[in-house]
Amino acid sequence: MKRASFNQLGLPVWLLLPQLVIIGVFFYWPAAFALRSSFYLEDPFGFGSTFVGLDNYNGLLASAQYVKVAVFTLGFTFLVTFFSLSIALVLAVKADKVIRGTRTYRTLLMWVYAVAPPVAGFLGVMVFYQGNGPMTEFLAWFGYEFRLGVNYYDTAAAMVAVATWNHIPVNFIFFLSGLQSIPQSVKEAAMIDNRSGTGRFWDITFPLLAPTAFFLLIINITYALFDTFGMIDALVKGEPGNNPMTLVYKVYVDGFRGNDLGGSSAQSVILMVLVLVLTVFQFRVMDRRIHYT
Amino acid sequence: MLKKNLVAAATLVMGLSVSSAALAETQITWWHAMGGALGEAVNALAEDFNASQSDYKITPVFKGTYEETLTAGIAAFRAGEQPNVMQVFDAGAATVIGAKGATIPVQDLLAENGIDFNIEDYIPGVRYFYADAEGKMIGMPFNSSTPIMYYNIEALEKAGVTPPKTWEEFESVTAPALKAAGYIPLAQSHLPWIFTENFFSRHNLPFATNENGYGDGETKILVNSPEIKSHFTALKKWKDEGLFEWYGAGWNDNQKPFEEGKVAIWLGSSGSFGGLQKTATMPFSADLLPYWEAVTKEPTQTFIGGAALFAMSGKSPEENKATAEFFRFLASPEVQVKWHKDTGYVPITNASYELATSQGYYTEKPAAEVGVLQLLLPAGDNTKGYRMGFYVQIRDVMNREYGRILTGEASVDDAFATIEKEANELLARFSKTQG
Repeated sequence: MKRASFNQLGLPVWLLLPQLVIIGVFFYWPAAFALRSSFYLEDPFGFGSTFVGLDNYNGLLASAQYVKVAVFTLGFTFLVTFFSLSIALVLAVKADKVIRGTRTYRTLLMWVYAVAPPVAGFLGVMVFYQGNGPMTEFLAWFGYEFRLGVNYYDTAAAMVAVATWNHIPVNFIFFLSGLQSIPQSVKEAAMIDNRSGTGRFWDITFPLLAPTAFFLLIINITYALFDTFGMIDALVKGEPGNNPMTLVYKVYVDGFRGNDLGGSSAQSVILMVLVLVLTVFQFRVMDRRIHYT
Repeated sequence: MLKKNLVAAATLVMGLSVSSAALAETQITWWHAMGGALGEAVNALAEDFNASQSDYKITPVFKGTYEETLTAGIAAFRAGEQPNVMQVFDAGAATVIGAKGATIPVQDLLAENGIDFNIEDYIPGVRYFYADAEGKMIGMPFNSSTPIMYYNIEALEKAGVTPPKTWEEFESVTAPALKAAGYIPLAQSHLPWIFTENFFSRHNLPFATNENGYGDGETKILVNSPEIKSHFTALKKWKDEGLFEWYGAGWNDNQKPFEEGKVAIWLGSSGSFGGLQKTATMPFSADLLPYWEAVTKEPTQTFIGGAALFAMSGKSPEENKATAEFFRFLASPEVQVKWHKDTGYVPITNASYELATSQGYYTEKPAAEVGVLQLLLPAGDNTKGYRMGFYVQIRDVMNREYGRILTGEASVDDAFATIEKEANELLARFSKTQG
């Protein structure tokens, strides 16, 4: 086989330049800027600034409130990931077995994917509305007074419910295609060995789904951490008050509402590190543990 | 051929006349945060200004909430694309006034352009909120409101009570009677504004050191005071007894039950009057904000909330002249009275208040006068307002802790200690941003 190669450095650099410029301008430059800002306390209009070293970081770690937000974010991410993955898996396994009306059934399960997170948030506000939302009235039958925006845990529950609901379709699509790519011969062979459907699922189907599941796990964690911002803003109506919030929403609250550039830059640097760790973890595990067939 | 030439010539002439008109006209932009019905009133105001003369043209642009407008203005300023006029709300005042050089003080702007200005022309409660330590007006008060007490007339009649003057009266007479009549006696829409900032002003208590933050130097918040703590202790007690209800930190969530007639007394903004006239399902009126007789026998005025207009720096003298002319137009009694009637915001000058009075507006709608009357109450050492940096976040801290008090997650003592600690940390951080 003949290998194409370039004689000079000029042409390949030219060809790569658009990509490099895009990465540089839209990713590295803002990241470097955030890193720099995180060491300063700066007047938002840009007139004055003081170098404060690691004060912004130390302040965050010492703040009980920041720790509380971080703990909520972890819990929120765990619950959303767990529920949206497990519910989607059940739906996909069932949908895989449907013989009649397959398309209609699947489309019905997928349409929610088209709902943008802020819209999902508004739907959540309507469903859980204080006093007369359908879910609020439903819970009232059981004697529970659900109060969105007033009670911390009620608002948290609404956030988890809306985020889960909004993300089930993506997981469903991937799980379904994962199930359908399992060869028929494998399933038939398993059928001979084991009569129990549950047993076959855990011994054969689930391990074969592992690559899909792991990929989805990472996708779901990033979704819960970062993409739920619009939904949370809609649910708390822009007034955080005593409501729960995620780390990303706190960056917005301090940076964009409060004009604290240094503090919110430090928070976003922490998030960048988190993403870095997550990415390294993803590649490591993918290389070693998960075998794609 | 001739016809074609004529058409071309006519087009050319028309084009010339249009462009010469555009050349003579100085264009300025105004970023504001007034949505809905208020946005329409703002557009009408701009159209009236443009129609009133032919030299200047102002274009209002809606930029979202108060916070979003301020952030958009800051980002634009850093990029050199700032508007001529920017609306900044009360809690953002320290940020914009602290950034010396970002704006041209309104007093200087008017003087430079030969427009008479006398701060004494402005209503006392309005005068100094957007002024610097020396009393120079920096921002032009625009939509000025103050927290007042609205009440459902039917509810009070049914319960056989009159609007309470003091919180003692509310607690012992008004609230139990309203509850017995089947109403939720009280709700309010903004705990930091109504029950904190204006609580200190109404009772003439210091809210922060350093003249409530107006002076130069370090400022510490004095929010952790026994008077306000006993107020919140009472609020929590009232909530537990069904005499007060809290629907979260959102403004409208608390206003709605009043409009629907479930809540009998609602504390809101004098600027809510215009909207309430359209949305309330029952007859309502308004009165002065109650006070605690145990704290003071001589209650003082509240100060303004709402927002002010700031002239951004870095613009050409012609454009600054246009901005100054617009401010002159805005402060004129006729314009103020129209704005006051359309929206419910208070008139900002004595002359405009007198004009509204002489037109008999307050005989027709007494509730519309309450805000002005409250701003005209005797002043005290602590009633001109407050000036604290990172105040938007300080308010967020208050909202969070107040929510915890009312839902029983935190005790009054703990919550106020937390507010004091976090607010002072924010103030110390803010002073470093100015360095």
